[in-house]
Amino acid sequence: MDRRAQVLIGTRKGAFILESSIDRQAWDVRGPFCETWPIHHFVRASDDTLYAAGGNSWYGPTVFRSDDDGATWTQSSSGLTYGDTEPKITTIWNLTPSADAKTLYAGVEPAGLFRSVDRGETWTHVGGLRDHPSRPDWEPGAGGLCLHSIALDDTDPNHMWVGISSVGTFETNDGGETWQTRNKGVRADFFPGPEPEFGQCVHKLHVDPTNPARLFQQNHCGVYRSEDGGQSWTEITNELPSDFGFPLAIHPHDPSTIWVVPHNGPEAGRYMVDGHAAVWRSRDRGATWLQLDAGLPHVNAYVTVLREAMATDRLDPVGVYFGTSTGQVFASSNEGDEWRMVADFLPPVWSVEAAVVEG
Amino acid sequence: MANVYLPRSLVALFQDPPPRHVIVESESLGQLVEKLDAQWPGIADRLLAPGPQIREHINVFIDGERERDLAAPLSDASVVHVIPAVAGG
Repeated sequence: MDRRAQVLIGTRKGAFILESSIDRQAWDVRGPFCETWPIHHFVRASDDTLYAAGGNSWYGPTVFRSDDDGATWTQSSSGLTYGDTEPKITTIWNLTPSADAKTLYAGVEPAGLFRSVDRGETWTHVGGLRDHPSRPDWEPGAGGLCLHSIALDDTDPNHMWVGISSVGTFETNDGGETWQTRNKGVRADFFPGPEPEFGQCVHKLHVDPTNPARLFQQNHCGVYRSEDGGQSWTEITNELPSDFGFPLAIHPHDPSTIWVVPHNGPEAGRYMVDGHAAVWRSRDRGATWLQLDAGLPHVNAYVTVLREAMATDRLDPVGVYFGTSTGQVFASSNEGDEWRMVADFLPPVWSVEAAVVEG
Repeated sequence: MANVYLPRSLVALFQDPPPRHVIVESESLGQLVEKLDAQWPGIADRLLAPGPQIREHINVFIDGERERDLAAPLSDASVVHVIPAVAGG
């Protein structure tokens, strides 16, 4: 059976698909899709449905769906509302399908969580999160009050975590009825006084696909690992050149391996440190880090890699991909050891996901 | 029987798209949106924000006059233009 590597790119002006034979050496670009809407997240579910989520300033938030690999699209936001007396939803930041593709979760701005069990035709508010007693005190960060990370426990459909910028991490064990803050041990240097229960600025949160007790997050104030389902966090920034960055990716087969992209700080431009593009990899869950920059620009690369804009495929060796604020996509087919630019002149890249397509 | 003109960027969102010019029997702007949505499900979500109200950057003109009130009456002779606000970037 024919197998292709596919990288899904969400941008400020539409969605694009990069495709290659399975050797991942030569890439073609298809698109733009989704009527050039701003697309925060573009994913391929395990049933091969494509979903692209975002919103534009004229027509509001919506989820585009393609059942034919991008040839045709529909869209719906039915039910994607807090009601007529609550704030309007401006956009969708993250769309996460369950492992069996039967349930979709959407994280939106202002922060909240929605669920669909009919492939995005209709959405239901997971209201327990916004009922959390901390909610009146949620304040937006620079990117808005956005729910951008949804980490599902593939062994238990009632168990998940979410990440909200400048609010922090929450966990539910009852399918979203009730939520608990999970920020212990995470710095919030922008707050005076002792560590708060919430207000930490998580930038990207992932759960280890092989062990739901282990989580990783890139935060505004460091990189962290939890070994107890988020009950407590240990900082693993260690020798990284900066504690600030947006994306984080976990190796799909070897969860001791993670990648981050350090940026130079929240008040220093938020681009690659010293204009030197580099991804950093840890093979030991964050104890030590190695800079990976072969094939990346070493000077004058004043680019940003946003929270959703790095991903891995599931091949061996694993491919790693990231997209930049200036429209480049870089790919490594050997776990970050070497990189090549595989697309340029795209709109600003907001999300990157990778898939292997059969047939 | 209002004559309604819809923008390309709106009709392009539907797999079986409405025509750019459609004639709809309706007594008010709100009823017009309801009738469009009955024929092309989801179109109301694109035009209306919670309230409900016409989305902030969607301009509706009835016989040349800008109108945001969903209760605004329509007559058989009404001409309705739906136009996205001009923006750059």
